[in-house]
Amino acid sequence: MDNGKQKKGEAVCPSKKGKLELVDVKQQLAAAKDGPQYWRSLEELSNTEEFQEMLHREFPRQASEWVDGGTSRRDFLKLMSASMALAGLSACVKQPLEPIVPYVRQPEEITLGKPLFFATAAVIAGYAVPVLAESHEGRPTKIEGNPQHPATLGGTDVMTQGSVLGMYDPDRSQTVMLDNDIRTWGGFVGALANPLAAQKAVQGAGLRLLSRSTTSPTLAAQIKQFLQTYPQAKWVQYDPAGRDNSRAGAKQSFGEYLDTQYNFEKADVILSLDGDFLSSGFPGFHKYARQFSARRSPDLKEKMIRFYAAESTPTNTGAKADHRIPVRAVEIEAFGRAVAAGLGVGGPATASSDWGEYASMIANDLQKHKGAAVVVVGEHQPPAVHALAHSMNAALGAVGNTVLYTEPVEAQPIDQTAALKELVAEMNAGKVDMIVVMGANPVYEAPADLDFVDAYKKVALRIHHGLYVDETGVISHWHIPATHYLEQWGDVRAFDGTITIQQPLIAPLYGGKNQYELVSALNGQGSTGAYELVRAYWQKQHTGADFEAWWRRAVHDGFIANSAAQVRNASAKGGVPAASGAADNSMEIIFRRDPMIYDGEFSNNGWLQEAPKPYTQLTWDNAILINPTTAHDMKIDTEDEVEINVNGRKVTGGIWRTPGHPKNSISVFLGYGRTRAGRVGNGPGFSAYQVRTSDKQGIATGVQLNKTGKQFLFATTQGFQNMDGRDIVRVATLEDFISDPNFAHEKTQAPVEGLTMFQPYDYSKEYKWGMAIDLNSCVGCKSCVVACVAENNIPVVGKDMVKRGRHMHWLRVDNYHEGSPDAPKTYTQPVPCQQCENAPCELVCPVGATVHSTEGLNDMVYNRCVGTRYCSNNCPYKVRRFNFLLFQDWTTPQWKMARNPDVSIRSRGVMEKCTYCVQRITHARINAEREDRKIRDGEFTTACAQACPADAIVFGDLNNASSRVAKLRAQQRNYGLLEELNNRPRTTYMAVVRNPNPELERAMDQRELATEHK
Amino acid sequence: MHQGPDEKTVLQDVLEPGEPPVLAPGHDFGTVTDKITSIVLRRPLGIGWGTAAFIGFVLVNVLLMAVTYLFLKGVGIWGIDIPVAWGFAIVNFVWWVGIGHAGTLISAILLLLKQTWRNSINRFAEAMTLFAVACAGMFPLFHMGRPWLAYWMFPYPSSMGVWPQFRSPLVWDVFAVSTYATVSLIFWFVGLIPDIASLRDRARNPYTRITYGLLAMGWRGSARHWKRYQSVYLLLAGLATPLVLSVHTVVSFDFAVAQLPGWHTTIFPPYFVAGAIYSGFAMVLVLAIPIRHYYGVGDMITLRHLENSAKIMLATGLIVAYGYFMEIFMAFYGSNIYERSIVHTRWFGPYAPAYWSLILCNILLPQLLWIPRIRKSPKWQFILSLDILVGMWLERFVIIVTSLHRDFLPSSWGMYAGTRWDYATYLGTLGFFLFAFVLFIRVLPMITIFEIKALLPESEVHPAEVEA
Repeated sequence: MDNGKQKKGEAVCPSKKGKLELVDVKQQLAAAKDGPQYWRSLEELSNTEEFQEMLHREFPRQASEWVDGGTSRRDFLKLMSASMALAGLSACVKQPLEPIVPYVRQPEEITLGKPLFFATAAVIAGYAVPVLAESHEGRPTKIEGNPQHPATLGGTDVMTQGSVLGMYDPDRSQTVMLDNDIRTWGGFVGALANPLAAQKAVQGAGLRLLSRSTTSPTLAAQIKQFLQTYPQAKWVQYDPAGRDNSRAGAKQSFGEYLDTQYNFEKADVILSLDGDFLSSGFPGFHKYARQFSARRSPDLKEKMIRFYAAESTPTNTGAKADHRIPVRAVEIEAFGRAVAAGLGVGGPATASSDWGEYASMIANDLQKHKGAAVVVVGEHQPPAVHALAHSMNAALGAVGNTVLYTEPVEAQPIDQTAALKELVAEMNAGKVDMIVVMGANPVYEAPADLDFVDAYKKVALRIHHGLYVDETGVISHWHIPATHYLEQWGDVRAFDGTITIQQPLIAPLYGGKNQYELVSALNGQGSTGAYELVRAYWQKQHTGADFEAWWRRAVHDGFIANSAAQVRNASAKGGVPAASGAADNSMEIIFRRDPMIYDGEFSNNGWLQEAPKPYTQLTWDNAILINPTTAHDMKIDTEDEVEINVNGRKVTGGIWRTPGHPKNSISVFLGYGRTRAGRVGNGPGFSAYQVRTSDKQGIATGVQLNKTGKQFLFATTQGFQNMDGRDIVRVATLEDFISDPNFAHEKTQAPVEGLTMFQPYDYSKEYKWGMAIDLNSCVGCKSCVVACVAENNIPVVGKDMVKRGRHMHWLRVDNYHEGSPDAPKTYTQPVPCQQCENAPCELVCPVGATVHSTEGLNDMVYNRCVGTRYCSNNCPYKVRRFNFLLFQDWTTPQWKMARNPDVSIRSRGVMEKCTYCVQRITHARINAEREDRKIRDGEFTTACAQACPADAIVFGDLNNASSRVAKLRAQQRNYGLLEELNNRPRTTYMAVVRNPNPELERAMDQRELATEHK
Repeated sequence: MHQGPDEKTVLQDVLEPGEPPVLAPGHDFGTVTDKITSIVLRRPLGIGWGTAAFIGFVLVNVLLMAVTYLFLKGVGIWGIDIPVAWGFAIVNFVWWVGIGHAGTLISAILLLLKQTWRNSINRFAEAMTLFAVACAGMFPLFHMGRPWLAYWMFPYPSSMGVWPQFRSPLVWDVFAVSTYATVSLIFWFVGLIPDIASLRDRARNPYTRITYGLLAMGWRGSARHWKRYQSVYLLLAGLATPLVLSVHTVVSFDFAVAQLPGWHTTIFPPYFVAGAIYSGFAMVLVLAIPIRHYYGVGDMITLRHLENSAKIMLATGLIVAYGYFMEIFMAFYGSNIYERSIVHTRWFGPYAPAYWSLILCNILLPQLLWIPRIRKSPKWQFILSLDILVGMWLERFVIIVTSLHRDFLPSSWGMYAGTRWDYATYLGTLGFFLFAFVLFIRVLPMITIFEIKALLPESEVHPAEVEA
C-alpha cells in the first residue's frame, strides 16, 4: 500500500494505528483487580483512544458528520447526492455461482492452502533428475530441484521445470486401445496369453522389446527375468539423441563401456570440443553448471576457471567461454588433434590456418595447468573425438582429478544404432512376430535410411506403450497409455549413478500403466503394482538391518545415499586413434537435440515450445542455423525458406542467420515436424529426422541448400541482440578487474539517493527484499524462465502472439552479442521486474493498480487494473506483460488442476509482471510469525532462484546484512541496470568478468581486425 | 436609421486596402436571418447533403462493428504489443483533441480579443470542436483493457475507499478533457439560444416550433435578456480561454511526464497547444470551404475569414516547427544517449518514412502560405489544410510509436503496425464526425445569426439616436 494512503487509513481505522501491544492488555487486566470486568475485545480492554474513536463512529468514515455541529440541508444534500450518484458503481461485480466441496474427512498431513513437497525424479534421456514436487491438495503444481541430491545439488533444467505441464496434458492417451478401439488393461493382459505362449514354444525367437535407454535397476531386473523366460528374445534400446558416440569412444579407449564424469571444482582450465556441458539435457548439466559458476567467481583471482570452447552450433555453453572458437563440427576432430599434438599426444596434426595458431596456444595453457585441466566432448562428435579426449585427459593428469571414469550407469549399455539396425533387418526378414515398444517413438525418430515404418508394419503383433498415441502408437495394434513420472513408483539412476526413487504425487490421471507393470504383465505377473515391484527389488538388494526404515529414508530423501556408480581407475589404452580420413570441405549439417523439447519428447509442452531457445531466442520452431557471412555469400536471408538436401534426402525449413555459427555449416534441432504429438506439438518446424541417417546421426556432410523462394516466418522474443553502445552488460577482463575492481561504475553511475519529489519510503522496519543476479554465473539455460511460468500461472500465447510481441514471460533472459558476427562474444542477462524503489510504473497508473509495498515490492493489484498500459510504456526495462486477449485457458479442466492456487489467474485486459514470488514471501512470513521470529535468510527463495542450476540468482532480505544477497550487493561488481535513470532498482547485477588468455586474445583480435579490413 | 457607407467598412478600407470584408455588402437584418434560417427550415436536403450523410452513416456502422468486436475480444485485435503498448487509439485521441481546439479558441479567445471576423465561423467551429472532442473521448475508453471499469478513473465514493491515483497524467486527462467538453458544450448551447429563438419564430411546422421553442428556453430578445446574455457569454469565454491552453497541455503531460526518451521533453506543452490550434484551424478550413461553396454563404464566410485562418495556421505551424527543432537540438546538446538514439531512429529507423512525411506535411508544404496568391485561394487552402491534418496525425504517430518501439534496452525493441481493426475504428470516428456534422448543419443554424447582425451597419449605435 501507498504510504500516503496508509496514513489516511490510520486516522480512521483503529486496527492500523500502531499495534495492539499484548503488554498493554496485560497491564489493563492487572489493573482491573477490583471487581469483575467484562470485555468484548482486546481493543476495548486496552481502552485506547483509537477504540474510543471507533465507538464514536460506528460506520467509521462518515457517521459522525450527522451529529457533529448540526448538518445543514446543504451538507445533507451534498453528501447524499454524491453517494447516491456514485455509490452504486461499487456494486457492479456479480459473484459467480460455484459449489464448493470441503473435505469431509481431511487427509492426514494436508492443511488446505499449505503445499507439501515430495521427493521424486524426472527422467531426461534415461537419467534421473531428482526433484521435489510441490503438491497442493494432492495436485502436483511445481517442480523444484532436490538440494540434498548429490547429482544436481538442487538445480533443475527447462525440461524438468516443464514436465509438470506434461502430466496434465489433455492430449495424453487415456485408455488402452486395440486398433484404435477402446479396450481394457485386463483385456490386454488376456490377449497377451496366446502370443506369449506361442513365443515360449520358440524361446521367444520372434519377440522383441524396444525401449529408450534405461537406468532403472528394477526394470532391468524385470527385463532380465523376461529374457530368461524367452532366451531368444531381444531387448533393443534406442535414443535418438543418445550416447552411442561416447560409448564407442570409451570402448575404443578402454576396451569397455565406461561413463565419463567431470569435476569442474578442481579445474582451472577447460577445453570443450563441442561439449555443451552447460546446456539443459547434457548428462550432469546441473552439477556442472553449479561447479562451473562456483569456480567462475572473479574473487578467486588467478584461480578463476578459464574456459576455451571450440564449438560448432552456438550454444549457451559456448557463450560462457572466454574464447569461443567457431569450428565446423567435422573439423573439431582436427582441432582436437592439433591441441593434442601440442600436449604431446598423438602424432603431428594438420592444423587449419583458421585456428592452428589458437590450438597451440590453448595446448600451452592446458599444459601449464596439468592436473587441473580438462577436455570435454559433445555427444554428437564421433567416437574418435571422445577417444582423443580420453587420451588428452590422461596426458593432462586429469583422470582422478577433473575426470572420473565410472561403471556405466545404464542397465545395459549397447551400441543402440547397431541394435536398431539389426531389429529393422529382422523385422524386414519376417523374423519378428511380436514387438513391444516401450516409451519410444521409433516411427518418428528412427534414422531415415532404416525405413522403420515399413519394417514395423510387417510385425504381426505390435504393442505400443507411451504417454501419447503418437506416430508409433497410431500404427500399432495395441496401445497402452503410460504413466507420467509424477504418477508412478519407480527407481532411476542419476548421471552419477545415484539411485533415485520416484514416488507418485497423484493417482494416474488417465488410468495409465507404468513400464514396470507392463513388463510384469509380459512376465505373466499381470496385476503386480509398481510399488510392490520396486520395493520388492530393493528389499532383495538391501543387506543391512531394518529395511523399512532404510526404505522410508530413501523414499523421503528421494535417493539412496552413497549409491553412485563405482569409480574405475581406467586409463586410455592404445594411444590416440588414427585420424578418420581426409578433411571434407562440403557443407555440413549438425543434428542437435533441441534445447527445449529435447528430441521431440516434449513437443506437446506449451511452456517449453514458448520458452525462447538459448542464443537464438526462437520459439515454437526449429530453424536452419547458418553463419551470417555464409548466408550472405549464398544470398540467403533470415526467414527464407530453404530445402536441405542431404545426399538425396530432403526437408524444408526456415533460415536463421546465427552469429558465431561456423562457416560452411548448418545446424538443425531435432524434435520438430511432429504429426501426432498433440495440439501443441503438431505442426511447428520441420523434422530433421527425415534427413538423418543411421551412420551420420551427429554430423553429415555434402549438404546442399536450395531456396524455395518462399518465406518462413519465425517468432523470436528478441529481435535485437546488440547493446547499441549502452552500458547494459558491464564487462571487464580478470586483469582489469584486479587492477580496478570498481570497473562496473566507471561509465555510468546511479544518482545520489533521495532525488525524488515524493516522500521516500522507509524500509527499515521489516524486510527489504532484493535480488542479485550474477551475470558471471548465469549460463543462459532459461530454467528460470520456465520455472517462473510454472510458478506464476503464466499463459502460453502461441506462435502468432509471440511474433506480434505479446509473449507473457515475466522473466526473460536477454542475449547480447558483441564483436564480429562470425565470432562474437555473447552475454546473457536474466531480466525480471527490477522492483524499482522510484518506480516509474507506479507513478503513472491512473487507478493505483501498481503500488509500492512496505517491503519495497512493486505490487500488481490485478483486480484493480483497468488496462491503460501506461505502466508498461513508462517501464524502462519493459518487463510488464499485458493480457491483450484472453490468453488463459479458463475451460480445460486439467489446466485448472495444474495451476498454482497461490497465484491469481489473470484475465484479459490486465497487466501482469514479476512479483518476486510474493506468494512465497507470504508463506514464509506466516511460518515465521507463527514461530515468532524473523524470516531466515535462505528459508525460501523465488522460483527462478530455486531453479537456477548455476546459483546465479540470489534473493533475500537486504535489511539483514549477513544475508547472501546483501553481501553480494556490497561487492563492487554490483550495479543496477539503467541505474542512471534514478529508478533505484532492487534487482541488481554482478558485472561479468572474463578470464581470457592474453596471448590468444591478442591473436583473435588481430584476426578480427584483419578480416574487417578485408 | 443610419444609411450610406458604414464607418466600419470605411475604416477597414483605410487600414487594410484591398482586403475582402468580413461580411459582403448588401445585407440587412432581414436577409441575414432569412439566409441562415432557410438552410435549416426551408431548403431541401439535396444530393450533396444526402451523400455526405450516407457516407457518415455507413462509417458510423463500421465504428459500431469495430467497437463491438473490440469489446468482445479485447484490445489484442489491434496491432499494439510490448513495447508499443499505445498505438492508433492514442494517436487518434490526441489528433481529435487537437482538432477540438479551434472552436473554443475562435469563440472564446477571439471574442475576448474583439476579433469581429470570428462571428461567422464560430458556430460551426464550436460544433466541430464538440464532435471532435466526442471522437477523442471515445478512444481512451476503447483503448482500456477492461473498458467496463472505466469509471474507476473518476473519483467517486467507493465502499473500498479507493481513489484514482492522482499523480497519473491519465487522471489529469480525464479531468481536463471532460471539463473542456462540458464547458464547450455549455458555451455552444448558450451561444445558440438567440438563434434557436429565431428558428422558433420562423418555423412553420408546429413540431419544429415546439422543439425549438423548448430549446430556446423562453428567449424573447428583451434588453434584459441581452444584457444578461452578454455577461454570461463573456464569463463563459473567460472560463473557456484557459481551458484551450490547458487541455492539450495536460494531454502532452501524458508523454512529457513519462521518462521515455522522445516523450520526456519540457517543450511538449506549448508545442502541443500550437499543434492543436494548427490542426484545429486546418479542420475549420476543410469544413468551411465546401460549406460556403455548397450553401452559397460566401458572403458571410468571406475570403477574409479563410485568409485569416490560413495566417493562423502559418503562425502555429512555425511554432510547431520550432518544437521539432528544439527536440532535435536538445538531443544533441544534452548528453542523453537514449534521447539522441531516438532522434537517430526517427531519421533513419524503420519509421523514417513517417517522420519525413510529417516534416513535409507539417513544415515544408505549409510554407506555401507565405505566397499571397496561394494563401487567398480557397482551393489551395483546402489542399494544404488536408495536408496539415495528415501531418498532424503523423506527428502523433511518430511521437507515440517511434519513441516506444526502441527505448532503453535493445532486447525489448519491437515494431508496430495497425491492424484492420485499428483502421476501421479510426475511419469509424471520422464517419461519426462527418455524420454528426451534417446533422448539425440541418438542424441548427451553422452561422451565428445575431452575431452576424452585429457586423451590419444597422447595428451601429449612434449617440444622437440614443439621446433622442
